[in-house]
Amino acid sequence: MFSEMFSYAFMVRATIAILLISPLFGMVGTMIVQKRMAYFSDALGHSALTGIAAGVIMGIANTTVSMIIFGIFFALLLNYISRKGLSSSDTLISVFASCATALGLAILSRGGSFANYSAILVGDILSITTKEIIQLIVLFVVILVFWCISINRLTAISIHATLAKSRSISVRVMEDAFAVLIALLVMLSIKWVGILLINALLILPAASSRNISENFREYTYLSIIFSIFSGVAGLFVSYFTDMATGPMIVIIASVIYFATYIYGKDR
Amino acid sequence: MKKIIPCGFHCIKFNNLGVSFGDQKVLENINLHVHCGQMTAIIGRNGAGKSTLIRAILGEVPYTGEIQFKNKMNGNMAKLKMGYVPQSINIDRTTPLSVYDLFQSFTGKLPILFRNKKEHAHISEALAEFDVESLIDQPVGTLSGGQLQRVLLAMAVHDTPNLLILDEPVSGIDKNGMDAFYEKMKYLKETHDLAIILVSHDLDYVYKYADNVILIDKTVTAAGKPKIVFESDAFKSVFGKGAAGEVEVNANV
Repeated sequence: MFSEMFSYAFMVRATIAILLISPLFGMVGTMIVQKRMAYFSDALGHSALTGIAAGVIMGIANTTVSMIIFGIFFALLLNYISRKGLSSSDTLISVFASCATALGLAILSRGGSFANYSAILVGDILSITTKEIIQLIVLFVVILVFWCISINRLTAISIHATLAKSRSISVRVMEDAFAVLIALLVMLSIKWVGILLINALLILPAASSRNISENFREYTYLSIIFSIFSGVAGLFVSYFTDMATGPMIVIIASVIYFATYIYGKDR
Repeated sequence: MKKIIPCGFHCIKFNNLGVSFGDQKVLENINLHVHCGQMTAIIGRNGAGKSTLIRAILGEVPYTGEIQFKNKMNGNMAKLKMGYVPQSINIDRTTPLSVYDLFQSFTGKLPILFRNKKEHAHISEALAEFDVESLIDQPVGTLSGGQLQRVLLAMAVHDTPNLLILDEPVSGIDKNGMDAFYEKMKYLKETHDLAIILVSHDLDYVYKYADNVILIDKTVTAAGKPKIVFESDAFKSVFGKGAAGEVEVNANV
């Protein structure tokens, strides 16, 4: 049964892509949950629409490039505005996310052509090409290196920024670097998982792991395992049931979340 | 951290320090001398600017004037090494961090994704200084207030700072805990040649343990030995007439 599945080149590519993306989601998600940035990553996902729209207006053929550039700009803008502290940051992020989404939708729907872009909403992992897989491998290495260098400082900042500063940790630089990293991950994988579901994939594995882990190693490794498991299982189930892959992954990740919640409650 | 030889020569000096938020002057004209091997307590009513002063020393808020670290033998020293214990830290019960992770994330290079025996032993040794080495593998969310405070103290002093800053570190701790804490501070300043700046509301402990007391209300309104400050008019106008020895415990409200 599996040999038939892997006789399709697109299934092989999709499996490789999932094996690259899902551990990154599991890992980066741990810090998004720890730093309470779920809103932030959600807003970034929505801003992908604006990125595509900007690319279309400026005539950039490769919309991934315009999405990445806009995503980084948007992430740094959100950080800058949150630091000003003029209004509570969840409100601000919400305002900017709605504004960016509306702008993107408005531009892309010009002349009734939004149908051309609707694939971005749910994503399509089966359409990934070999060249795009190589992009993901580069991203994988970059994030892994960043993670090993920065994880201690990011954790310290998430606990107490002033205390981190007193130990010569540059809070602002680290926060911006992390925001750029999330933007890269989101923009390079959004075509495959879709705007509607990307945040679920970032948050669910880490939140599940948090239900049952007692130290940071457990937290990270369990989150990665949950993420890979949901990704691979979701792909296979969707193949056999002929349903979309992204939603299937999220359904499995949600089941894991509820299971760990019930298990962890009695700790 | 036991290798330090007390010198008694260097000190930390604040010259004409001021902090403003917009048009509002929160602190002005603060001149202070903090000596190593001594505990300096900062007291004052709520909103007098105690925490702002701490934040200025930590570089969290911009200030005018200067903070100097002087060493009488070599002139100015390159950088002041500070240890800091905040009022409270943001940890909920489900935080997936052990004491080891907390310690290592603030002080170590080896990523907390891995664990090695040498780092573990090193942190355990630092925790032992405050008798909390047995907590090293416990989740931080399950520690009591007193345990967490001792872990934070161990973190703050493990690499021998010149200055230890404590922002109301013992709020919510029982009397035995308080006694133990102040005895420990006394031991630290004497053996490690540490300057300690402490913001506190516990006036009777301040009276008993501090070498110098600074009363602030936007600026320094009284400074000197505890007895002198506690008998000053400025003190009485803030805390009532609780002079030496008869300070009311709840005078802090």
